[in-house]
Amino acid sequence: MTAFLAVLTRDLRLALRQSADLALVLGFFVIAASLFPFGVGPSPEILARIAPGVIWVLALLAVMLSLDRLFQQDLADGSLEQLALAPVPLSITILAKVAAHWLTTGLPLIAVAPVIGILLNLPPDGYVTLLVGLALGTPTLSLIGAVGAGLTLGARRAGLLIALLVLPLYIPILIFGVTAVDAVLTGFDARAHFLYLAAILAAAIPLAPLAAAAAVRHGVEG
Amino acid sequence: MTRLAASHLTCLRGARLVFEDLGFDLAGGGALLLTGPNGSGKSSLMRVLAGLLEPFDGSVDLDGTAAYIGHHDPVKPTLTVRESLDFWAALYGADASDVDAALDQLALTDLAPIQGRLLSSGQRRRLTLGRLLVQGAEIWLMDEPTVGLDTAAVKRVESLVAAHRAAGGIVVLSTHIEFALPGAQTLDLGDFAPGRAVDRAGEAA
Amino acid sequence: MHRFANPSRFMRVADALLPWMIALCLPLFAAGLYYGLYQSPADFQQSETVRVMYIHVPTAFLAQAAYVVMALGSASFLIWKHPLGDLIARSAAPVGAVFCFVCLVTGSLWGKPTWGTYWVWDARLTSMLILQFLFFGYLALANAFDDPARGDKPAAILAVVGIVNIPIIKFSVYFFNTLHQQSTLFGDLMGGSGDAAKSVNQPDIAAAAAEQGSALAPEMLLPLMLMFGAFSLFFLILLVLRLRGEWASVRLRALRAGFRPAPEEV
Repeated sequence: MTAFLAVLTRDLRLALRQSADLALVLGFFVIAASLFPFGVGPSPEILARIAPGVIWVLALLAVMLSLDRLFQQDLADGSLEQLALAPVPLSITILAKVAAHWLTTGLPLIAVAPVIGILLNLPPDGYVTLLVGLALGTPTLSLIGAVGAGLTLGARRAGLLIALLVLPLYIPILIFGVTAVDAVLTGFDARAHFLYLAAILAAAIPLAPLAAAAAVRHGVEG
Repeated sequence: MTRLAASHLTCLRGARLVFEDLGFDLAGGGALLLTGPNGSGKSSLMRVLAGLLEPFDGSVDLDGTAAYIGHHDPVKPTLTVRESLDFWAALYGADASDVDAALDQLALTDLAPIQGRLLSSGQRRRLTLGRLLVQGAEIWLMDEPTVGLDTAAVKRVESLVAAHRAAGGIVVLSTHIEFALPGAQTLDLGDFAPGRAVDRAGEAA
Repeated sequence: MHRFANPSRFMRVADALLPWMIALCLPLFAAGLYYGLYQSPADFQQSETVRVMYIHVPTAFLAQAAYVVMALGSASFLIWKHPLGDLIARSAAPVGAVFCFVCLVTGSLWGKPTWGTYWVWDARLTSMLILQFLFFGYLALANAFDDPARGDKPAAILAVVGIVNIPIIKFSVYFFNTLHQQSTLFGDLMGGSGDAAKSVNQPDIAAAAAEQGSALAPEMLLPLMLMFGAFSLFFLILLVLRLRGEWASVRLRALRAGFRPAPEEV
């Protein structure tokens, strides 16, 4: 637990001291969202119809674009191999890094999502569901992303490759997240959707760090 | 009893056989100096001993805890010297007094509040060596530990290594400069280049 | 070297079986095509387009089977470090990707006259599309490293992660469909039974063909079975051929790495 907290605080500290990088991700989120009215027209009905999907897809892309932060820097300066050699199980270290990644990516995205909701005319009833869905879904995005980031260590065009590996695996999160909002907006209940998102998260918390650890261990072989 | 031994080690890196049928045996207080031309596999051997790289064949027998220093200095530009060492200390279950001792032994105390991005390459190397001290491992695997260090710092490292051995520790070290390592075994990696094993067998017969 | 010596016995067996598989596969194809194109009736609703089924259904099945083979090979490679597992996975991936692609193309060619459009986000098509993405990801990762041998473990991990995720993906895609396609294009096809659950379960070609009767007519079942056998053998033949290539390149790398034959063999 000490080690978990040590890695978590270290990664948080590193991220917060380079907070310009975080702003970049949020900037992408907002700017990309503001493109949609230009693309599909400013009609409030159409925007309201696509708002949940746009917010979710962009959150997904924003998380994906920030995945290189997880291991890339640590690999380049030799920290990652030292973390792999430490007496702490590598999967615990990775879980801590993922937690730090989510706190500095997923959480800010959730905070900014309502702003985009307003820009895209999301109906008022949708906000709570959208945010709960994001809160349950974005940690899984970071967890699955860690597997992709680990697998592409040392690969050519790693950034592009991550997208190819990770995006198909993100589809279930996207589906449950978006349909939850759609369900509520059409007068249904979103509990089932939340349960599915929570179940996937519960499965990903132990499994994803294991897979990522195996990948990282291979990645630091060099 | 601390011990580090290897037998019949063969290492494959990518599509290249780096060395084969390599062996040595070190007891507590022992030291091994790795020599050999560039690309002969000194770093690969270090990584195999550290457990980062799986040997293609052969085995490593390691009694005790090992700490490894590679070519990189895992120094974060935005973390101060003390924060870096505190982190490694927390990871290895060392406490604040160990960090203070390490800072003192490597003459880093004055640099403790300085962020990594402001350090010179020699200072970064010293910070890396500080991590080695904080880890408190019995076996030190030091790949070119003196890169970027000035003479005074090299002397300091020499005395740290001597003290470590005197306390029963083991050191495996590779270097391109003079480094005092009294009574050390020497291993020339060039002797274990692929194909040479067959030659040696021929000579023996 | 023990690590390289392992698959050679397997390769000998596979090589010995290869001509037999080819000898069996060709007549099966001939018979399947004959029955499929000449000796089976056109469908009552879908007319001649139903014949796409004889290619579409076997390739759909084999694409999924290829992913399972890939994942099992990868798992055995990760667990027992058996190089054969990696070779099989690497060999199955491009074959599976091509079968998947053929399945998607035939599906959409069938879709145009039947649904009036080449593409519909129906659950099965979407699942196959995502399977195609998973194949692409595996192939891209396996070949993304300067040293080809370095991609083996990441690709194997990805295959295993993929197979764990496939049920979740499939489930979510069906879930997505029941919500979004409640009154779909299939309404007409299903004879007005616009029930959501039904429209999800039945838009596939075979299912649609089977719609009129409770089961596929025997005249259609025979060519389908023949084509199934033919394509399965074709898949195995391609797998063995690819295995040969992968195995040869592994040995080539071993030679380049300096594993010269022992002096007495020279």
